[in-house]
Amino acid sequence: MKLNIGGITEAGLSKNNKTGTWRYQIPFIIEDNCNGCGLCEIFCPDSCLTIINKLVSVDTNYCKGCGICAIECNQNAIIMQSEGESSYE
Amino acid sequence: MNNSFIRNREIMQGSIAIAETVCSIQPGVIGVYPITPQTHIIEHLARLVANGRAKGKYINADSEFSAASIVFGASAAGVRSYSASSSQGLLLMTEVIFNMAGTRLPGVFSAVNRSLSPPINIQVDHQDTMTLRDSGIIQLYVENIQEAVDTHIQIYKIAEDREVFLPAMVCMDGWIISHAYEPVTLWQDEIVQDFIGQLDLPYRVDPQNPLTYGALTDDDKITEFKYMVDSALRKSKDKIKQVSEEFRECFGNYYGGVVEEYHTDDAEIIIIAMGSVVATIKVAIDELRKEGRKVGLLKIRSFRPFPGEEIIKTLHKAAVAIVLDRSFSCSAGGILGGEVKACLYNQNKPAVINYIAGIGGREIYPFNIKEMINQGEKMAENGKISDEAIFYNLNSELL
Repeated sequence: MKLNIGGITEAGLSKNNKTGTWRYQIPFIIEDNCNGCGLCEIFCPDSCLTIINKLVSVDTNYCKGCGICAIECNQNAIIMQSEGESSYE
Repeated sequence: MNNSFIRNREIMQGSIAIAETVCSIQPGVIGVYPITPQTHIIEHLARLVANGRAKGKYINADSEFSAASIVFGASAAGVRSYSASSSQGLLLMTEVIFNMAGTRLPGVFSAVNRSLSPPINIQVDHQDTMTLRDSGIIQLYVENIQEAVDTHIQIYKIAEDREVFLPAMVCMDGWIISHAYEPVTLWQDEIVQDFIGQLDLPYRVDPQNPLTYGALTDDDKITEFKYMVDSALRKSKDKIKQVSEEFRECFGNYYGGVVEEYHTDDAEIIIIAMGSVVATIKVAIDELRKEGRKVGLLKIRSFRPFPGEEIIKTLHKAAVAIVLDRSFSCSAGGILGGEVKACLYNQNKPAVINYIAGIGGREIYPFNIKEMINQGEKMAENGKISDEAIFYNLNSELL
C-alpha cells in the first residue's frame, strides 16, 4: 500500500481501532430496572449505548468502560463490573 | 519584458506594494491578525476588500493561531489563501504551520521579520522565521521591495506545484523592506493569475465525499510520512529555479534561483547572507573590488529548501567564507553559519567564520562589512579561525 500525501485518507477509519480493548470495567444492565429512557445513550461519549425495543444494549467493540452511563442512569439500571464477572452480585 | 504587463509604476511603501500584489493574485481567503511591522499589509488589504477590488473573504481572526488555522482550513478546501505575520505572531502560528506542511497544504504567508521578545523590540532580525525552519515550509528571503513583490507571485506557483504542495513564506525584513519607499513595478492582475495558474489539490474537504485529515499513524509508517515532506521540500528546489526562470521570461526580473552569486568567480573571500543586508554588502563589495580586493557575495534566497549543493559549488574555490547571521541558536552560534559549516564539512575548504550581527535592528553599514572582511582575512592569515560564532560589535561595557 502506497501512502497518500499529507496522511489524508478515507473517512471513518477510526472504527478500525477496537478501542473496547482498553476497558477494564463494563456496564452491566439490570434489565428489570431499565425503562428505555435513553439518557445513557445521550451521555455515552463513544456512542456505544443504543436503545433497542425499550432496552439498552452495549457495543462492547468500542465501550471503554468510563462509567458515565452508570452515573447518569436514574433508574439504577447500569452497574460497572470488572470484565468476566457473570453477575453484579 | 512586455510593457503591457505593467499595471503601475511608482514610488510606494513596501507593505502597500505587497498588499496590491496579493490583491492581484486574488486569494479566496485572507485570514489575519495585526502585529507590527506587518500591519500596513493587512490594513491595505482590508481597504482593497472593502473597495471591492480584492474579491477574497477577509477574516479578522482572534489570534495568529486562528489566522493560520483559517489558512489551513481554506487550503484544505482547495482555496488559494493568504496570511501575514511577524515576530511573536509567527511563533503562535508555528503549531499550525507544522500541521500544514505535514498535511501538504500550500497556503502562503508573508513574514515581516522582527526580533523576538523579551525585551520588546519591533526592529528587524531573522529569529522569528528561523524558528520555523524545521517545519517543512518553503522560505524565500528577499533583498528589496521589488523582489518581495515578484517573489510573492513566484511562491504561489512553487507552493501549488503538484510535486510540492507545501506551505510557503516570503521573508522580508521589517521596516527596511516593509516600510521603506522605493520605485516599484506592479503587474496586471490577469497576467499574474495566468502566470500562477489554478490550484488543483489531489484532495479537498467536501461534505459529499468525507475524508480523514490528521489521521493517527504508528511507528510503522511515520518515518515514511516525514520523509515524504522532506523530499517534497527538496524537490521544490528545482521548482524555485524553474519558476524564477519562467518569471524572468515573462516579466523580465530575476533574482537568482535558490542563491545569487555576486562577484564570486575569482573571489578569495565570500560573504554569505540573506535579507535586506545583502544590498548593503553589494555596496561594500563594489567598493572593495575598486581597490582590487577579491571579495564576493553569495546571497541565500531560498533558506528552505536549503541550497547545500549550490553553496559547496560556489565556495569550493574560496579561501574564507564569512557567514553573516541575523539570528542564532543559543549556545550553538548562528543558524545559517551552522548549516553552512555542516554542508562544507567534508569539503575541508573554505574556512568558515560566523558573525552574529544586526540583531533587533542594529544597523549594519558597508564599513561594518569591510571590517568583517578585514578581520576574517587576518584570522585566516594567522591560522586562527574562531570555531565559535562571533557576536559582532558586542558592547562589553553593558555586560
